[in-house]
Amino acid sequence: MKKSRRDFLKICGAAALGTAVPAAADASSAKVFTDNKDFSMLYDSTICVGCKACVTTCKQVNDLATEQGKFDKNNLWDSPEKLDSNTRTIIKLYKESPEKYAFVKKQCMHCAKPSCVSACPVSAMQKSDNGIVFYDKDICIGCRYCLIACPYNIPKFEWEKPIPKIVKCDMCKFTNFKQKGITACAEVCPTDAILFGKRGDLIKIAKKRIKDHPDIYIHHIYGEHEVGGANCIYLAGVDFNKLSFPNLPNPSAAALSENIQHTIYKGFIAPVALYGTLCFVAFRNRKSKKDGDNEQS
Amino acid sequence: MSSHKEYEILNRKILTPSFVILSVLTAIGFYFIGVRFFEGIGAVTNLSDAYPWGIWIAYDVATGTAIACGGYAVAILVYILNNNHYHPLMRSAMLTSLFGYGLAGFSVVIDLGRFWNMFNLLKPQFWQLNSIMFEVAMCVMIYTFVLFLEFSPAIFEKLQESENYGMARLSEKFSKFLDKYLIYFIILGITLPTMHQSSLGSMMIIAAFKLHPNWHTPILPLLFLINCIFIGYSIVIFESITSSFKFGRPYETSQLAGLGRIALFLALGWIAIRFTDLFVRNQLMEAFSFDFYSVMFLIESALIILGSVILMSGHNLNSPRKLFISASLIVLGGGLYRFNTYIIGFDPGVGFSYFPAFGEFMITVGIVSFEILLYSIFVKIFPVLPAVHKSKAIGGSNV
Repeated sequence: MKKSRRDFLKICGAAALGTAVPAAADASSAKVFTDNKDFSMLYDSTICVGCKACVTTCKQVNDLATEQGKFDKNNLWDSPEKLDSNTRTIIKLYKESPEKYAFVKKQCMHCAKPSCVSACPVSAMQKSDNGIVFYDKDICIGCRYCLIACPYNIPKFEWEKPIPKIVKCDMCKFTNFKQKGITACAEVCPTDAILFGKRGDLIKIAKKRIKDHPDIYIHHIYGEHEVGGANCIYLAGVDFNKLSFPNLPNPSAAALSENIQHTIYKGFIAPVALYGTLCFVAFRNRKSKKDGDNEQS
Repeated sequence: MSSHKEYEILNRKILTPSFVILSVLTAIGFYFIGVRFFEGIGAVTNLSDAYPWGIWIAYDVATGTAIACGGYAVAILVYILNNNHYHPLMRSAMLTSLFGYGLAGFSVVIDLGRFWNMFNLLKPQFWQLNSIMFEVAMCVMIYTFVLFLEFSPAIFEKLQESENYGMARLSEKFSKFLDKYLIYFIILGITLPTMHQSSLGSMMIIAAFKLHPNWHTPILPLLFLINCIFIGYSIVIFESITSSFKFGRPYETSQLAGLGRIALFLALGWIAIRFTDLFVRNQLMEAFSFDFYSVMFLIESALIILGSVILMSGHNLNSPRKLFISASLIVLGGGLYRFNTYIIGFDPGVGFSYFPAFGEFMITVGIVSFEILLYSIFVKIFPVLPAVHKSKAIGGSNV
């Protein structure tokens, strides 16, 4: 009965941490919310204890190589420092003073209007109906336009390999999610700092937490509206800029880019019209020139 | 086949000192290309997840194809406006365009991480019509083929004199076919660069939060389009004067003055649009704030304006030296604009930086050397350069 043991630990943890874990009570009852269309994750920085179980489990489940820390001559620990081609998710620490610090989890945001999907020339980046943005290496040509397009710098490339691929979080679409219906990081999180569920439900939970504890939280759900909204949403007790989240406006740049492109190329009329016009002008000028030549001679 | 008299084969030795130097540079470039394929892109470049595109894309593709727009720019004059005055410059412009685009395509293959999958671009089930990269890739592929067709009369002209009777007859047939139908491909060869050169600008629209506002604007496609045309005319001036000087041939002064006038008009028009756009976006103050990005913007604008101002005097338009200087300035400024848009103005966030690695740089140098090498070989094998004493005559040929 792994589940109940886990729940027991959770309750103990919540009790021990007391008010420092304001929202644990909401979450302990159900980890997976199923209501509306898109699958989502809610990460609450105020609950996260920085144990990095999510990072380790992600690597195990998704078969990613470990990284050796500089301090670790015998390679005993996996010590990734940042998101890279071996690390789909990472926990980082923001520290202002010994008392004031916050953890933050980084991974693909699974945008509602993903720039990487819009940029990819061969549909190797796709968004599935349940909101997961995923990657198919067998189609990918390796142009890395997705890296350019992503406002969060999420897709990573295997620079050191002659046969490289792009690496990014796909909510365990082909691994844990497929088998158990939940992402590995959310499943393993001991404090429920990561909730997995449907987006609408998680937004409700996030709003309730802010409303119930307005003193603890920054009054902003990061990912709710940024670049058209993301499926990974965040709560935090410190400013999101300090957790290295960029200030992004609501509309996705992909929407602007697609608008301009589709306006120019609507129904492929403009290129055909251009070709036709050029032909017309060329032949007319040619004819008038010939007529002119004939008159002269 | 009156075009026969319009162009001639440059009757010089192929093996020259500059040939040897270019060959060495090409060989070094190809050595690093080998390293890239065996050990990965990371082994020869300073590219990173933050700077996924370096000089191979910013120079070889984004800037290089603009420099290869000479054929496009001159084709507009000759075939659309039917100004046969410029016809003698056509073939050499086409040849540099062909090599420019061909080698940009070659650079892309080196740059593509999963290049063996690139034929997925041709499979309709994978087409992603929202992707500007898709549009650029398709256009550039087709255009490179069209450029080859456009240049092929020079090859067939040569082969017609072949001693092999069958080959000669076949070439004659092809020449006749091309005489008749090439115009449709030439017009396609004007439509395609109009599409993909503007799209090269659109490509960076999606990087809205990374590209500095001095360069990021919704009118990137318009700016890139006009930019490649004035670079195109300037590079034809540049090439023509260079090859006249190098090969000791007379300057095509009257044609070049005309091209200079058009380049001036387009470059100043472009500057006007650029400044208006910055003004409308309330970015003009920042563009003159003399920070790093502002200085890059100012250098780029100053080069173009300076080059244009020189062209304003009729006297300068007829001086090969002044023409050469101003064309070089405009190409540098226009090229820097593209370089800025793709690399220098690209800011993925705090703490990241990019400067090309030696191997990465040498691959670009090698490819450019290879391009010049091929050009110098081709003009000595095929009738490409304007025939010396006939250069002012107007050929009767339509293509």
